[in-house]
Amino acid sequence: METRVFQALNRFGLGRRGQEALPADPAAWLAQQLRQPDPTRLAALPSTATGLTALRQDRSEKPKPEDSRTRALYRAEAAAQLANAIATPAPFRESLVWFWTNHFTVSARRGECAAVLGAFVEEAIRPHVTGPFQDMLVAVMRHPAMLLYLDNAQSAGPASLAATFGKRGLNENLARECLELHTVTPAAGYTQADVTEYAKILTGWSIDLEANPPGFRFRPRAHQPGEKTLLGQKFPEGEAGGLQALAFLAGHPATHRALATALARHYIADDPPDAAIRRIEAALRDTGGNLGAAAQALIGIEAAWTPGTKLRRPQEFVVSVVRALDLPENNRPPMIAVLAGLGQPFQSAPAPNGWPDRAADWAAPEAMLRRIDWSYAVSARAGDQDPEAIATASLGPLLRASTRDDMRRAGSRRDALALLLASPEFQRR
Amino acid sequence: MILTRRAALLGLAGSVTLGRASLALAAAPTDQRFVVVILRGAMDGLSAVVPYGDPALAGLRGDLLPPGPGQEKGLLDLGGYFGLHPALANFHAMYKDGDLAVLHAVAGAYRSRSHFEAQDYLESGASQRLTTGWLNRVVAALPTSTGPVDEAFAVGVAVPLLLRGPAPVGSWAPTSFATPSPELYARIAELHHTDPVTGPAIAAGLRERGFAAGMNTGDTKDNARYAFPALAAEAGKMLARPDGPRIAAMELGGWDTHAAQTNRLEFPLRQLDTGLAALKAALGPAWSKTAILVMTEFGRTVRTNGTKGTDHGTGTVAFALGGAIAGGRVLGDWPGLGAGRLLDDRDLQPTTDLRSVAKGMLAAHLGLNAKALAAVFPGSEAASPVSGLLRS
Repeated sequence: METRVFQALNRFGLGRRGQEALPADPAAWLAQQLRQPDPTRLAALPSTATGLTALRQDRSEKPKPEDSRTRALYRAEAAAQLANAIATPAPFRESLVWFWTNHFTVSARRGECAAVLGAFVEEAIRPHVTGPFQDMLVAVMRHPAMLLYLDNAQSAGPASLAATFGKRGLNENLARECLELHTVTPAAGYTQADVTEYAKILTGWSIDLEANPPGFRFRPRAHQPGEKTLLGQKFPEGEAGGLQALAFLAGHPATHRALATALARHYIADDPPDAAIRRIEAALRDTGGNLGAAAQALIGIEAAWTPGTKLRRPQEFVVSVVRALDLPENNRPPMIAVLAGLGQPFQSAPAPNGWPDRAADWAAPEAMLRRIDWSYAVSARAGDQDPEAIATASLGPLLRASTRDDMRRAGSRRDALALLLASPEFQRR
Repeated sequence: MILTRRAALLGLAGSVTLGRASLALAAAPTDQRFVVVILRGAMDGLSAVVPYGDPALAGLRGDLLPPGPGQEKGLLDLGGYFGLHPALANFHAMYKDGDLAVLHAVAGAYRSRSHFEAQDYLESGASQRLTTGWLNRVVAALPTSTGPVDEAFAVGVAVPLLLRGPAPVGSWAPTSFATPSPELYARIAELHHTDPVTGPAIAAGLRERGFAAGMNTGDTKDNARYAFPALAAEAGKMLARPDGPRIAAMELGGWDTHAAQTNRLEFPLRQLDTGLAALKAALGPAWSKTAILVMTEFGRTVRTNGTKGTDHGTGTVAFALGGAIAGGRVLGDWPGLGAGRLLDDRDLQPTTDLRSVAKGMLAAHLGLNAKALAAVFPGSEAASPVSGLLRS
């Protein structure tokens, strides 16, 4: 039973924080996080309107990089998101926020998105992690962060007024990635014609940067007139056609299969058993795509309780270290820089498919050595805390005898802590 | 280096960490310089200063002994009974100049073979863990002056317990230079050995960084090997300045030689030796006003263990060096290694209390009276100051 307590904290959560109370019933503790409202909404929520206003000002004033309002917003929001993850009493829920944020990757590498990345998480992802997938999909596809990142804001139907009387044309980027990555995946057997049709369905889904407040705007002048056909289904002209297409894609069996596979890969194993995928898939199907039901199904799958099958990604690792050492705000490592150094710069995935979720993708030799180096560096911040007490608190029965013995033999507290943080059982979850 | 700029900004003190070495500084109303070097991990005193004249030595640890004085890579003789480890060539030169004294068979008042406890006690200056370090209490015990402002500050990571307390001390640490010891890398690699993904990755990463196959030699490409000498040189520059700090604490790790000791000890000894030579060079004329105490939390077993190393013991060696030291001598009451002489039949029997050594230096070098010394080392009445450690 005690192993399951620590498995709940580490596999589903973000690691135990200091000596926080242990859940009496780990499965119930996880389930409760799904049922109760999110306890971590930030006090000063970033808004899309604020971010877009900053982007508008930057575009007109062209400040030097160090004076950029969008960069300042990004940095502040990144710090707030990470602080949120360290403080949250509902770490499974927060881990689901991370999972879905990565599923719908928007990357700060596309600089104009940076100002609205925080708002994207808070508006499009966080409210929906235990609700219908369709709600999240609609919120994401209408969000200015995604419309900027995958270029739909500028897309115009070939027969639209905007294309006829202007220079703009169709951009398939968002439509293609939505099919390939966010919903049905190529397993659904869609064709290039489907991609083009879907792109036409989404024409006009844009941003009004000049409005007050600036935000999403459906632009009829850019919208492709007429009925469209996607995967054999007909959708009417107008914004309503897009909403119907999203509902169709969200409920597609191939979407349920893809989401179930991704969840199982993240919470069970790099190559999850097919039976586990089928159970999550069934939960989605039976509930009309309810993500809370999918997460609840995960808790009930025995394979999810096998320790150590997943390698922590750098962001999971760094946050779990700060939680384990329970570092106060004035003694935390510069997390944004650390994440970049460890190969996972915050909300800056290289491509729309997001960060990979297999150990082999993260265990490059130099990447592992950097984890060891940082384990040693951050251990200097732990002060006089007893390394073995930290090991027991954060890993419980998952702590291996070999690691404990090495820690006892270590020549300094710092060495002992570095051994713990770099150990296989801490690197994995 | 950032320390210089940082310390200049702050005016009085600072602390810096490089690799496994670190440095903290404090201002004090004196023109004398006092430096404490903590060797974390328990230095094997019998390897640093070898009692080659003791007839029982060869039988107890013959396989760990360097060749005798006068032979190639042999001991550096200290007058016919003791010899310095061959990696301590600069120490030998200072000894011959009369600037370095060896204190053998020393230990703290405590008896703990736990590194963490023993380091706490060593730094607290007591047989229990206190919230302040004895070196901070030294700063507090010095008479107040019109000198540097009484301004506390804290930046970055921790000051060692030794220098923690109410007297103002700075702290600063660049994270980019922090790398573990080669042995720690090796231990972590071993913990991952059976992991099919991380195990091979870590082994390959260490090879790419230039570690030898056995990973015992510390032969890394990074700058960790230069960390302590670089840090010591910075400390020397700071301490040399007319308005600079007067008290410094430095740390050097890598002494916990449970296995393959002959190889593993060479590296930290060389760091210590070149580091304090760099400190001397940077101090310039201020060397004559400098006293340095080098100490470790405990010694190591007299007998070799089953992995060509030594385990946690008791008595060990301390060094007093600097232009203010009356050196060129091996001090202390040598207990011998023969039958019945060892503590618990395993450790070098301590005959001199480390606090007596520190008190002797503080009294003669910084002018601390008996009352002040009692405040620095509470409950140390039985440990009377070693006299004659400083040039008069």
